[in-house]
Amino acid sequence: MLQVQSPHRNIRLIARLDIKGVNLIKGINLEGLRVIGAPNEHALRYYQQGVDELVYMDCVASLYGRNNLADIVRSTAQNVFVPMTIGGGIRSLEDATNLLRCGADKVAINTAAIHKPELISDVANRFGNQCMVLSVEAKKIGKGVWEAYTDNGRERSGLDVVEWVKKAVSLGAGEILLTSVDREGMRDGFDVDLVKSVTQEVSVPVIASGGMGTVDDLVKVVNEGYADAVAMADILHYKRSTIHEVRQAALSAGISVRKS
Amino acid sequence: MTDVTVVDYGMGNLFSVRMALEHCGARVNVTSNPSEIEHADRIVLPGVGAFTTGMNELCRNGLDVAIKEARCKGTPLLGICLGMQMLFDYSKEFEHTNGLGMVNGGVVAIPNISPSGVKCKIPHIGWAQLESSESVSTWQNTILSNVDSSDAVYFVHSFMAKPDNDSALIAMVDYGGTIITAVVQEDNVVGCQFHPEKSGPVGLAVLKQFLKL
Repeated sequence: MLQVQSPHRNIRLIARLDIKGVNLIKGINLEGLRVIGAPNEHALRYYQQGVDELVYMDCVASLYGRNNLADIVRSTAQNVFVPMTIGGGIRSLEDATNLLRCGADKVAINTAAIHKPELISDVANRFGNQCMVLSVEAKKIGKGVWEAYTDNGRERSGLDVVEWVKKAVSLGAGEILLTSVDREGMRDGFDVDLVKSVTQEVSVPVIASGGMGTVDDLVKVVNEGYADAVAMADILHYKRSTIHEVRQAALSAGISVRKS
Repeated sequence: MTDVTVVDYGMGNLFSVRMALEHCGARVNVTSNPSEIEHADRIVLPGVGAFTTGMNELCRNGLDVAIKEARCKGTPLLGICLGMQMLFDYSKEFEHTNGLGMVNGGVVAIPNISPSGVKCKIPHIGWAQLESSESVSTWQNTILSNVDSSDAVYFVHSFMAKPDNDSALIAMVDYGGTIITAVVQEDNVVGCQFHPEKSGPVGLAVLKQFLKL
């Protein structure tokens, strides 16, 4: 068992923006999507609040086999100067190249990586491991066991999450965006056991996603799940809190985050 | 308006670098034309990816020669991330590869166990606070003149540069006990391991300072 500790690392606070068409949306368990507003306006607001990174996820792209984010990314890159990870419907090295040209820094791939694992190596070899984020949609199927889903949490893959993540890292994935489909949009905390199961088995950074209700949830998934970064959506989109407030509260709770 | 020429050698987040420089008031020309680079007012060498591939791409198009010619004329040059690493003499990423040789030293892998025994995740991804090196008492008159010592900037890399001369080292970060070179500067040649174009207002302040060199 690999216990990775980096006392000097700052936990990254990431705003996750799920996109359908031209709209920022929010779902519950990745379903029941509600329109929130214009993606760029929210991205700019989170940037001004001091967010560490943005994740854009085209949540219907896999269904239609295309990703519509290029225009949104290009326009966000004009006034938002933090790293952007883009995912949803990326099926080839060409898709990845196109998004990176539009201002993306990393691509997050789930469905195509499961169907065609060599895509992980292709992206990593061309752009470096740090650019290849493995997106995982995990559903709990038993005590301490999770299955990886594809197509925005709709289709089973039959793959055990921990085994799949280990394989993907060996193929070149440099970071894991780990979404609990069960917790997503529920505001009742991250699946800490899921996050811990993954962080203990791989040496690349893991972003916990799905379930942030309060800053207490963040503290728990960092202290008990060893998450390297925390993605939040609902708490920001519905203006229940701001990145700045989350940052201050995390600092007060003794979590190491960037201070400004 | 300040003109900046961004070197396009097929690797790197050219669009983001362009957007950030334009935001800082620069007029940006992204080019792979050696003649335009040789005659540029200011050069930015961005880069994301592997050292060997990067150098091969620069050399294949004669861009390495153009950058060196510009350097001889005193043209301000900013290397970012891989672009910074390629300013050095060599890299040991995968195989020994010669760099541009503008800053003495080499590029090596970040150890996954630091000197103090801490296991560190590789790649090094995230925001880290810049610390001044012992050889530089103040950041005044450097690329960091508008940066506070408490400011954090965004890193994403698996390899790190080691300058031979302490005097070239302007700032570093502490990654679990491993000291990583963050900024080097020798006259008008500047290298940032972090991404100023992705480091929010602090990064933009660094780019603005480069435009004044």
